[in-house]
Amino acid sequence: MISGADRAMEPLLTVESLVKRYTPRGFGGGRGGVTALDGVSFSIAEGSTLAIAGASGSGKSTLALCLACLERPASGQIRLAGRELTTLTETQLRAVRPQMQLVFQDPSSSLNPRLTAFEIVTEPFAAQSRFSASERAARARALFERAGLSFQSATRTAAEFSGGQRQRLAIARALALEPRVLILDEALSGLDASVQAQVANLLLDLQEASRLTFVFITHDLAMASRMADRIAVLDRGRIAETGPMDEVLRQPAHASTRALIAATPQWKAELRQQADT
Amino acid sequence: MTRYLVRRTLHAVLLLAGVSLLTFLFTALVPGNYFDEMKMNPQISPETVAALRAKYGVDQPLAFRYVHWVGGLLHGDLGFSFAYNTPVGPLLRVRAANTLLLTSVAMLLAWGVALPLGIWSAGRENGWPDHLITLATGALLIVPDLVLALGLLLVAVRSGWLPAGGMAAVGAEPTTWAALGRDYALHLLLPVTALVLSCAPMLVRHVRAAMLDVLDSSFLRAARGHGIPPRRLLYGYALRAAANPLLALFGFSIGTLLSGSLIIEVVMSWPGLGPFLLEAILGRDLYVVIGGVLLSTAFLVAGNLVADVLLYWADPRIRAERGNG
Repeated sequence: MISGADRAMEPLLTVESLVKRYTPRGFGGGRGGVTALDGVSFSIAEGSTLAIAGASGSGKSTLALCLACLERPASGQIRLAGRELTTLTETQLRAVRPQMQLVFQDPSSSLNPRLTAFEIVTEPFAAQSRFSASERAARARALFERAGLSFQSATRTAAEFSGGQRQRLAIARALALEPRVLILDEALSGLDASVQAQVANLLLDLQEASRLTFVFITHDLAMASRMADRIAVLDRGRIAETGPMDEVLRQPAHASTRALIAATPQWKAELRQQADT
Repeated sequence: MTRYLVRRTLHAVLLLAGVSLLTFLFTALVPGNYFDEMKMNPQISPETVAALRAKYGVDQPLAFRYVHWVGGLLHGDLGFSFAYNTPVGPLLRVRAANTLLLTSVAMLLAWGVALPLGIWSAGRENGWPDHLITLATGALLIVPDLVLALGLLLVAVRSGWLPAGGMAAVGAEPTTWAALGRDYALHLLLPVTALVLSCAPMLVRHVRAAMLDVLDSSFLRAARGHGIPPRRLLYGYALRAAANPLLALFGFSIGTLLSGSLIIEVVMSWPGLGPFLLEAILGRDLYVVIGGVLLSTAFLVAGNLVADVLLYWADPRIRAERGNG
């Protein structure tokens, strides 16, 4: 029953029944493993954002690592633009990696402390052996600009930037290879409220300008509702509930969704008012 | 850089001064001195002993002796050995050179073994080579150095493959440089093996842990996410980032090797500081003990200074932090 219109809207990124287990290997290993992802499925259309919300320990970060092909899932599929990623070898992955980039929560640990900002942003070019030195410099300048950073700061190391600037730097680096998908793993969570809003705006602007697809992983539903129009709630490695943001927030069907809503400070007052009336 | 170096050197000098003072105090706490045993010898008259005591200043108060000794030290004079009846300096120099030869060869080999093994082990975390290395290093860490050295010695003696002690062949003097080198190398093999076996396992463990720490960091994940090949990731990125703890460990390993070598030299009769110092302690040859302890400390401090300078050179953050302070 797939109509022509549906085919045109074929999702850019599709995840099907993804399973990831961590088993303690070694002597007498194999017992007491943890199933971090237990049959996770979702899909995202190009240019849109799916928020993946969950409490800590729900498997969010494992999902991010699996999506970025940094961890191999035990079973399940990840398809990017129709191409299956889970069966690729490390060498084959090298050609695919530029299309999907990851931004981590803590920019102070995700940026190599020994490199200057310029080296950090151009590292992906070196990794992919792309461009000449002068081309790299020109592109780095453009990336700094896009991320709202002054190119004059390019000679400083990551430690000399503020938290928000560091996250901008991490975003600039993630954009270097012109990816189609950005996996944002709690990318706004470590920032002050005002900085958070600025970086969120930056991401939204970038999405609009380059038709980027975001997987926005967070525990913060207020931020999720700002960034995404669809949400999937992750609970102990499973998708507890998924749907359009408004619907899920208005009528949460699952206990873990209600727990997340209750844990959102901005909405606590509202909830209390509703309970009073 | 200069300020940083000057400050570190100043620290080192203060440390050496402290150690020398403490050694002086501790040797003073030991009952009796070198000349007390002479009194038991009926062939030496009490007058002779008294004259010797006066000559070497043993009957002077401790503070005076210390000041006198420091004054001599400033002129490069480490005092006088009662037992050898010569200045301590030249005696120590020969022994120290032997110890340095032994420890520097052991140091090179230990790191030469530990670095690749640790990296390899970390790169294949939880693979069977990793488990094997963990098991082997664990076993070696459990065995006390002394037992290890004695075991090696036993094997050497029983098999007759290697000279079981000393530094050079006795009797037949080697005539060519090549033969001389071969002779030294053969004699070095046993004590060096003992030292490497006692030190390298700890280094392997630390290298592995430092590498795993870095491999687990998100900037390395990001680098992998850009498509950097695993080999370049391991050697080009992880190793560079793990350099800090490893450089600090380098300084520390000089200390463990030196203290380890003192014991192993005694067991393997390597004519270094170890047996010399032991003999001097038993014979209460005061200035030899003090000189030997001071020299060992100086090696240790110098090793740490080298590690500090390397660290400073390797890490832009330390340069930024300490360069001006």
